[in-house]
Amino acid sequence: MSSVPSSLNPNDAGGHGDSHDHEHHDTGGNTVFGFWLYLMTDCLLFASFFATYAVLYMNTAGGVSGKDIFELDFVAVETAALLLSSITFGFAMIAAHAQKKALTLTWLGVTFAFGAVFIGMEIYEFHHLIVNGNGPQESAFLTAFFSLVGLHGAHVTAGLIWMTIMIIEVARRGLGSHTVTRLSCLSLFWHFLDIVWICVFTVVYLIGAM
Amino acid sequence: MSKSHSHSATPGRAEEQAADHGDAKSYVIGFVLSVILTAIPFWAVMEGDFSKSTTLWTVVVAAIVQLWVHLKFFLHLNFVTEDGRASTFSFLFSALVIVMVVGLSVWIIYESNAMMMY
Repeated sequence: MSSVPSSLNPNDAGGHGDSHDHEHHDTGGNTVFGFWLYLMTDCLLFASFFATYAVLYMNTAGGVSGKDIFELDFVAVETAALLLSSITFGFAMIAAHAQKKALTLTWLGVTFAFGAVFIGMEIYEFHHLIVNGNGPQESAFLTAFFSLVGLHGAHVTAGLIWMTIMIIEVARRGLGSHTVTRLSCLSLFWHFLDIVWICVFTVVYLIGAM
Repeated sequence: MSKSHSHSATPGRAEEQAADHGDAKSYVIGFVLSVILTAIPFWAVMEGDFSKSTTLWTVVVAAIVQLWVHLKFFLHLNFVTEDGRASTFSFLFSALVIVMVVGLSVWIIYESNAMMMY
């Protein structure tokens, strides 16, 4: 099958992404492609949460529906923060490939800030809903809503923790090939979460508020 | 996507690097497109005075186009490089499974709801 990357060629194998000792060419490519495959399985996890939401969103048990609780201008700001963090991560990757350490760290810091704004707003939204008596236990709709949006939020939080670790790694060790490979994986993860968010704001917030 | 292509036959290494990592220009193009594609559906729902089905189609089409923009300009999926092709095909396969999981679940549940109500 011609579409399989050369790095999957058995003669070329033996590359575990983490091997520090032997410089084996294409190990980085293997790692990044493997991480991409993990993300594709993560897609399926999100897909099942989306399916659950689509099935349950009308079951409000006499409580609030999406129309009552979604504030679209708030969601628009959240979306803007995540979108901006996507392009700033892109700039961080360009700087990393150009071996510009200070610039990479700056862009990673900016990306982290936008990601933190997003998560801060989401926590505020959840808190606001729960104190107003619209917690996840109130109806099947709210359970599905909190699960889906919370799953995305948990991923973004994991991304922020990972980003903190990468900032420390780049600051202390510089931009060696292993570090750049790890940054590439985080970059895929971060852009992937932005894609999931497009589906979330479309399916949950926009269609829910219509 | 990989940093080290030691044996690339086609196309040129520089081109391949650009296809796999993207340059500032592709990120900016992608960003501008995705801002537009985010603004349109938010505007259509918040301010737009369209019928419900027009709004729904606007929102869904904008989302699908934006997915494509992100995949192309931010995740650099392509059919040019070996790694790009492998990633693209694995994505297309996942997309197929997702459409089946979500689409068929919704279909089954809505049909059973409809049958129980009448």
